[in-house]
Amino acid sequence: MAALTPEGPMAPLTPPAMTVADGPTAPTGQGRRRRIRVWRGVILAIAAVYFLVPLLASFMFTVKAPEQDFSLDAYGQIFTTEGFGQSLLLSIGLGVATIVVVLLLTLPAMLAVRLSMPKLKPVLEVVCTLPLVVPPITFVAGINTVLQFGPDYLASTPFYQTIFAIQDENFPVVLVLAYVILALPFVYRALDAGLGAIDVRTLVEAARNLGASWPHLIFRVIVPNLRSSLASASFLTLALVLGEFTIASLLHFQTFPVWIYTISGSQAQVSVAVSVFSLLITWLLLLALSSAGARQRSGS
Amino acid sequence: MNGAKVELRGLRRNFAGTLALDGLDLTIEPGELIAFLGPSGCGKTTALRCVAGFEQPDEGAVLVDDKDITRVPANKRDAGMVFQSYSLFPNLSIKDNVAFGLRVRKVAAAKRHARAQELLELIGLPHIGERFPHQLSGGQQQRVALARALALEPRVLLLDEPLSALDAKVRISLRDEIRRLQLSLGITTIFVTHDQEEALSMADRVAVLRAGRLEQVADPATLYDRPATPFVAEFVGTMNRIPGRVSGDKVTVLGQLLPVDGEVPATPDVEVLVRPEAVQVTPDAEAIGMVLVSSFRGSTARLRIQLGDTEVLADVPGHDTTRLAPGTRVRVSLVERPVLVSAAAPQAQSATVEGLVPQHDVV
Repeated sequence: MAALTPEGPMAPLTPPAMTVADGPTAPTGQGRRRRIRVWRGVILAIAAVYFLVPLLASFMFTVKAPEQDFSLDAYGQIFTTEGFGQSLLLSIGLGVATIVVVLLLTLPAMLAVRLSMPKLKPVLEVVCTLPLVVPPITFVAGINTVLQFGPDYLASTPFYQTIFAIQDENFPVVLVLAYVILALPFVYRALDAGLGAIDVRTLVEAARNLGASWPHLIFRVIVPNLRSSLASASFLTLALVLGEFTIASLLHFQTFPVWIYTISGSQAQVSVAVSVFSLLITWLLLLALSSAGARQRSGS
Repeated sequence: MNGAKVELRGLRRNFAGTLALDGLDLTIEPGELIAFLGPSGCGKTTALRCVAGFEQPDEGAVLVDDKDITRVPANKRDAGMVFQSYSLFPNLSIKDNVAFGLRVRKVAAAKRHARAQELLELIGLPHIGERFPHQLSGGQQQRVALARALALEPRVLLLDEPLSALDAKVRISLRDEIRRLQLSLGITTIFVTHDQEEALSMADRVAVLRAGRLEQVADPATLYDRPATPFVAEFVGTMNRIPGRVSGDKVTVLGQLLPVDGEVPATPDVEVLVRPEAVQVTPDAEAIGMVLVSSFRGSTARLRIQLGDTEVLADVPGHDTTRLAPGTRVRVSLVERPVLVSAAAPQAQSATVEGLVPQHDVV
C-alpha cells in the first residue's frame, strides 16, 4: 500500500505526458499515428498486467475455501479478529496527528520563505526532499539509538520521562515525529504546487491592505485557496501512515500494517483479505479527493 | 470622504546593494492625484510600497496628515491599494471581495452587503455581485479591485500600475473612470506608472523619478513644455538633440538664433532640445534635408529627416504626408521660442543614437 499510494494522488499534479508526446506526430500521417496507438495499447496492457495480476491473485486467494469455490468468509472474519479495531484506530489516530503536525510545520514555513526569503527556497526544498533518500531502516536504527540513550545520572530528569512518554504504547508520539519527517517530501510537493498556482504575495498584500491580521489572512485567504493541495497533502500523509511498516515494527508498536503482518502467520487468508480491503478504502479516499479537486478547479 | 496630506521625508531604501530610494522628499496635497513616473528600477513602486507599509524605508519617514506612520503595520494604515496583477480573492464572490475589509472590521452582514452593492454601482457593475473573479474580464477585475480598495473609505488611494495588464482600449476608458471617481471622492491618490501618456492625461501633478531621486515634480503641461532637466525632457515625450553653439544667452541652431531657456552650460558646444512638433518642414528641392521615413499617425505624421550627419524627428499635420513623402528634399526650421540646451557630453550623444534613431539591428 505504501509503495502504491504515493504515486496515485501525484498524478493530477503533473501534466499528462501522453498528449505532449502525441502533439508533434499529428501532421506526419496515418501509419505513424496508428503505430503509436498500438504501442500505447501495448504499454497500457503491460501496466495493467503488472498492477492487476497481484490484486486478482490476492482476491482469488481470499475467496477460496476448502469445500466451496467461493466464500467471503475471510472478509467477515476481519472485523472479529483480535486487535483489528485497536490497530486500525491507532494508525488512523497517528495519521491524523501527523497531518496536523506536518501541515502546521510546513505551511507557515513555506509561506514565510516565499514571502520574505525567496533565496532560501532551494534550501527548504532540499531539506524537505531529503527523507526520500534516507531508507526507513537507517532512520529507525537512529531513532532506536536515541531512545536507548539514557545514562543513569539522567534517570530523575524530565528528559527521561519525555523519552518514556513518547513511547507510550497507546499513542506513540515518537511515531508521529518519525512520520512527520517521512511525509515532508510529499507534503512539500503538494503545497508547493498549490502555492505556485496562486499569486501568494499579491493576495497577502491585498488582504493586509484591507486590514486583515496574519491569522485572519491565513485562514480566510490562503487556506481556502489551497484547499485541493491541502487535501492532497493530507491524503498522501494518511496513506503513508496507514501503510508504514518498517519503523512501527522495529519499534514494536501494533499499528495496522504491523497487525496485518502478525496475523498473516496464523490466518493467512484474513491478512490478505485485510490488505485488499484497505486498498479499496484507499481508492475510495483517492476518488473522493480527486473529484473534490476537480470540483474546485471547475469552480475557480 | 476627504483626502489626507501625504509627506515623504528623505526616504532611503537599499536592496542588497541597489539603491531603490535615495533620499526622496515629496509632499502630496490633500485631494490631489499625483503620478510617479519613471523608468523601471527608478524607485517609484518602492516609494508607493513605503506608503502602503509593505516596505520599510532604511531612513526617512512617511507622514499622513503630519502623523508619522513609518512604523505602523500595513494592516493598520488608512490607505486602499490596487495592484498591478489581479488581486481579487479567487475563493470569494465579487460581493464578498468588495466587503472583505468591512468583514475584517466586523461590520454586520446586512450593512456590508449594502455597502458592497453601493460600490459596485459606483464602478458601473451593479449586477456582478454573485459572480466569481475568474468569470470577469481583466478590466472588470481591476474595477472591482478599485471598489474593494474604496470600501473602507480610505483617505489615501494607492494605484500600482493598475492598468498595465489591460489592453489599450480598456486602459483608456478605465483611466477616465479612475480620474472621475477620484475627483468626485476627493481622495488623495498616488498613481505609479511607467506610461508617460497615462501620467500626463490623469494626474494633477507628475513626479518624475530617476535612480531613487525626484527629478522634477510639476503639472503635466509644465513638465512637457518646460522640463527641468535633460532627463525629464527625454523621458517625457520625444526630444530631438540638435548640435548648436551658444553665444551669450542665445544659441545658434540650424542657422537660427534662438533664446536659451534655463541654465546656459559653460561650454559653447551644446545640444539643443527640441520637440518634434516644434520642427517645421517645407519641401525645397535645393535644401540639404531629406525625408528618410514617414510614419502616418492619423492626425499627424512623424518624419525622420536626414540633415547632413544628424537626424531630426518632426511631427507634421497628417494631410502633409503626400507632399513630404520619403526621398523628398526639405528645408527644416524651428519654431521661434526659447529652447533648452544641454552640454554635449559623449554619454548624451549615445543617448541620441538610441533614443532618437531606433537601431533595430543593435543586438
